[in-house]
Amino acid sequence: MTSAKLGAGLSALALLAALPAAAEIRIGASLAVTGPAAFLGDPEAKTLEMLVEAVNAEGGVNGEPLKLVLYDDGGDPNKARTFATRLIEEDEVVAVIGGTSTGATMAMSPLFGEYEIPFISLAGAVVIIDPVQDYVFKTPHTDRMACEKIFADITGRGLTKVGMISGTGGFGKSMREQCLDVAEASGVEIVADETYGPNDADMTPQLTNIANTAGVEAVVNPGFGQGPAVVTRNFAQLGLELPFYQSHGVASDSFIELAGPAAEGVRLPATPLLIPGQLADDDPQKQPVTDYIAAYEAKYGDTPSTFGGYAYDAFNIVIAAIESAGADDPAAIRDAIEATSGYAGVTGVYSFSPEDHLGLDLTAFRMLEIRDGGWAPVE
Amino acid sequence: MAELLQFLVSGVTVGAIYAAVALGFTLIYNATGVVNFAQGEFVVIGGLTAAALIGAGVPPLIAAPLAVLAGLVVGLLLYRLAIRPAGQAPLVSLIIITIGASIFLRGAMQMVFDKQIHRYDGFSGEAPIGFLGATILPQSLWIIGGSLVVFAFLAWFMGHTRAGRGIRATASNRLAAALVGINTRAAMNLSFALSAAIGALAGVLATPVTFTSYDVGVLVALKGFSATMLGGVGSAQGALAGGLLIGLIEALTAGYVSSDYKDAAAFVVILAVLFLRPQGLFGARMTERV
Amino acid sequence: MTLGPGTRTFLVFAALVVLGALVFPSSFFYRVGTLVWINTLAVTGMVVLLGYVGLVSLGHAGFFAIGAYATALLPQYGVPSGLAMLAGAAGAALLAALIGRPILKLSGYYLAIATLGLGMLIWMVLSKEAWLTGGPDGMTVTGFSARNLLKSVGITLKTAEAWYWLCGAVATLGAVLAVNLGQSSAGRAFRAIHDSDVAAASLGVDVARAKSAAFVISAVYAAVAGALLALANGYITPDAGGFMHSVELVTMAVLGGAASVYGALVGALILTALPQVLTVFAEYEHMVLGAIMVGTMIAMRRGLVPALAGLLARRRAARRAGRLARRVS
Repeated sequence: MTSAKLGAGLSALALLAALPAAAEIRIGASLAVTGPAAFLGDPEAKTLEMLVEAVNAEGGVNGEPLKLVLYDDGGDPNKARTFATRLIEEDEVVAVIGGTSTGATMAMSPLFGEYEIPFISLAGAVVIIDPVQDYVFKTPHTDRMACEKIFADITGRGLTKVGMISGTGGFGKSMREQCLDVAEASGVEIVADETYGPNDADMTPQLTNIANTAGVEAVVNPGFGQGPAVVTRNFAQLGLELPFYQSHGVASDSFIELAGPAAEGVRLPATPLLIPGQLADDDPQKQPVTDYIAAYEAKYGDTPSTFGGYAYDAFNIVIAAIESAGADDPAAIRDAIEATSGYAGVTGVYSFSPEDHLGLDLTAFRMLEIRDGGWAPVE
Repeated sequence: MAELLQFLVSGVTVGAIYAAVALGFTLIYNATGVVNFAQGEFVVIGGLTAAALIGAGVPPLIAAPLAVLAGLVVGLLLYRLAIRPAGQAPLVSLIIITIGASIFLRGAMQMVFDKQIHRYDGFSGEAPIGFLGATILPQSLWIIGGSLVVFAFLAWFMGHTRAGRGIRATASNRLAAALVGINTRAAMNLSFALSAAIGALAGVLATPVTFTSYDVGVLVALKGFSATMLGGVGSAQGALAGGLLIGLIEALTAGYVSSDYKDAAAFVVILAVLFLRPQGLFGARMTERV
Repeated sequence: MTLGPGTRTFLVFAALVVLGALVFPSSFFYRVGTLVWINTLAVTGMVVLLGYVGLVSLGHAGFFAIGAYATALLPQYGVPSGLAMLAGAAGAALLAALIGRPILKLSGYYLAIATLGLGMLIWMVLSKEAWLTGGPDGMTVTGFSARNLLKSVGITLKTAEAWYWLCGAVATLGAVLAVNLGQSSAGRAFRAIHDSDVAAASLGVDVARAKSAAFVISAVYAAVAGALLALANGYITPDAGGFMHSVELVTMAVLGGAASVYGALVGALILTALPQVLTVFAEYEHMVLGAIMVGTMIAMRRGLVPALAGLLARRRAARRAGRLARRVS
């Protein structure tokens, strides 16, 4: 290849990357719209696109139109980092939402401090916000909180001996570590610890081992995607009667569809998004939850998932910050995000602080049980 | 005892799926010398098409053959548009072509279907069948039966039909086959069509147990390829044995050793077998195109 | 004046590194450029293995990951990053030497599955042993800054630019070494094996040894590239050692033309820059990428560089023939 050709190729690349310099506010996003985490990234992307459309239909933010620059990183951290650089340098966004997976988030996050651009991650692991980095926030509960919520429910039933069966993908693996870590402090003992691959077809060997473990009183299954549904079916196939817990990773109606009648009695920590009709009228989350569900169903004809909810909250927090701080100075937007207090979203009620860039506590989780093919709060 | 039986049931169910995929690999390899890395996509096309049709209210008895037909058509198109034009390209080029085709098909399925996970109910209900303390899903029997039927069909077809002998002759020497009047092009068309149909059938049968989504094809192909090579490429017995063996190794490792390293155990066995028998368990020693 | 192939390679690569720096408008371009050079380095190893000797590996991302994780892990125990990188390369070389002998007896698809299995095993260890590697979510890589390195020799650059120059320099060095290797007696032995194992053996080539040597060399290239990526990104996940990454490396080599380092560069450039260009296709991105792969391999089965070179040579020959014909008539 000659240098002239290379130059031509590069300028073509530059043209594609260049954007019109109109007076618009640009927000960036790098999500796993395809790939193994597409199950999470797809509703996140759809939610952001829907919200930007809605904001522009009402005249934009502070009178300026909003533009979403969305890239599909496929969950690949290397790609995510390149896209983050592109969003900051080429697209000149004032804030970035994304990182569907923890790996992608962690690969991107140092850039935001370096360039002083606020960033809200949609990934689960606690390492994203602990230790706190100035420009990095996140909206999903941590997997550590999910473990604590589940274990609190287990001990509340007078049980202590827990068997775990975890997916080996990033989500399941990280949550497994956190559960092992908080087990003792939560007053439970992990007596069995099995794993399965994200695309495995049959987990009866692992469940047989758990069932044969002496004294096991409850089973917890950290993971997302199809694995937990297969585990749930296998659990029923083997006729196991133990209390069975899933994670917030499968908190959506599609889990009930996939697991079928086997899902009856399964408990999991989730957001109020799953129980809009059962929220009290004075619940601060009732309004955002019903709004989001109505808008999403109207646009896509489908119920939104918990993961879309994380994007919903991240977007609204960013927009509120831009409304108060203006769109000119990303550092001021960051300050406004950190000053967010009492924002009631679909996931929980957020109050950020310099020490806390998640801003949720355990009350944001509701313990739900699957009854008659639907969700019911456990109280 | 019940425990061991449960592990074996699990291993045979999963192994039968791998075997069905491996049989598809075998057929195409036998006719064309190509290991088709897009084989996993046929499985997904079968599963997703059946899921879409059954979801739309079509009875499974009609949806299943239609899904197999969809796989067959895509298989033919793949041969016509990507494999035949490549002619006698070197092995790595063919690997890249089939991988490129699988990426293309994945992109297409994401458009035609969606990115959600799909399943439908088993053909004979969902109530587990218990025996001797172990349980098995009725659909697992369908999967195991399906793999055996495909295996028997292939053995009969390749050995006892004119078309099958044509495929075999084409594989061993395309020029000689053409000279003795065998329509080698038709043989290769047929092998792609049949192989894709076998893959789609595997998808149709397995989806109630394994679930499916647009991007699982790579992993399916990876397992099928492993089973094919363990058994010895080009051998139908090898594909069946390789698939079942990998399924059993995974289940027994998960049951008795560590579920964390069950996939690793399968690869260790494959490497060990190839060190001792470079042509796989049932493979014939033959020179290959490189 | 005629230049040796090694010198010519050096001049071409060095000129391209400089040219990139001249035309890149922003850190984003430097970032993509850095990735192109890192991939070129890894694919140069594939050129030695696949292009020179004709062996297919579907597991080289495993060696890539060994280099990356050595560079990520060892500094936590007080080892300087440079030394950690060398240790990673040495570790990859050792593993390749140990496993190479038995694996390389296999041929064709059997070699493909054996290397694939090896790569998968490395990937699995990295994903499962979370206490060490952070598991599938990956780990942070600290302890080295290209910017500070260049600063210490009196050059002050932005971080992204510093990485670009460093990776460009290493890739250039790697390409020159590979070209010189190809010109050496070892290179002739490699090519003899490429044509035929039996014929090479009858010429007195120790086939097993030569294959093993090529496998080790290509593993070292992959490991060094992995180390550079880990340092440049400051973060590494087991995906770097996954099956898809192995496939990507082979694809780059074959697409560009596995026979030469220029093929490695072109393949790496296309597959690294393409996803950035294809974002305009949004939903159709994968279909377009797949179609490009299939189309290129059908039209140019030996890769882009040999095909284009052949086209140029034919045109030149035609022109010469035309001139000759005019002179005769």
